[in-house]
Amino acid sequence: MKARVHVMLKNGVLDPQGEAVRHALGAMGFDGVDAVRQGKVIDLDLAPGTTEAQVTEMCEKLLANTVIESYTIEIAS
Amino acid sequence: MRAAVVVFPGSNCDRDLAVAFRAAGLEVDMVWHKDTELPQVDIVGVPGGFSYGDYLRCGAIAAQSPICTAVKAHADRGGYVLGICNGFQVLTETGLLPGALLRNAGLKYICRTETLRVEATDSIFTQGYRDGQEIDIPIAHHDGNYFADVATLDQLEGDGRVAFRYASNPNGSQRDIAGIVSDNRRVLGMMPHPERAADAGHGGTDGAAMFVGLIDAVAKA
Repeated sequence: MKARVHVMLKNGVLDPQGEAVRHALGAMGFDGVDAVRQGKVIDLDLAPGTTEAQVTEMCEKLLANTVIESYTIEIAS
Repeated sequence: MRAAVVVFPGSNCDRDLAVAFRAAGLEVDMVWHKDTELPQVDIVGVPGGFSYGDYLRCGAIAAQSPICTAVKAHADRGGYVLGICNGFQVLTETGLLPGALLRNAGLKYICRTETLRVEATDSIFTQGYRDGQEIDIPIAHHDGNYFADVATLDQLEGDGRVAFRYASNPNGSQRDIAGIVSDNRRVLGMMPHPERAADAGHGGTDGAAMFVGLIDAVAKA
């Protein structure tokens, strides 16, 4: 089974990399980009029977720092 | 008195930190990240560098290493811990200190000397300074932008746990915070490098006070 974890900085946490991308897009002539937030996608190949609860524990303990980041889990069986 | 300096793959200030401890009269054991136990030591130093290549997040993988379990147990027993730069990032990732270090607001790696204001002198690491003293200490980091939620920041300030503030904020840190201490004042994390300003040959000695009084300070504590 496979799982995909999306990790994003929480709302309210400044994302300077996203801001830099937004500025670059504006400089390239792409108007109307009001905000850019940059995150991570982590794909996991998992042994059959791995539970979503186990993936949640992986996120809480390592994959995300919940002080600054939020995460979502997609399980694709 | 003994100190241990943790060495992760990618640490690069471990030797400098050991030199600073030894110059202050401490005996130093270097401990490897795969070690599961610390030797009998009073102080653990978590050095600067790029542990595990800064993969995932700075300090995140180091925080899960076998030695960090021992460092946490040492801190939980009331042991002293000094985390500098990447070491501060590791201490926040382990949960020994609150908050997190984000990418510098200006996105650039910054390597220069900054003026810090000492705001908490009630730890063994800062007792050699005067309250409000300004000291010049080098910084060298890409992810030194201290972040915590407002409630945590208010609590840190209310409890007098902000050890150092930047006189001129270089990296976007909330409330100019450069270093903080734990509730029991025994764990200190800071982004600037006092071990790089501890010898006349470094071009500045304002960091030396963090090391020279350690033996007496521990004896008194």
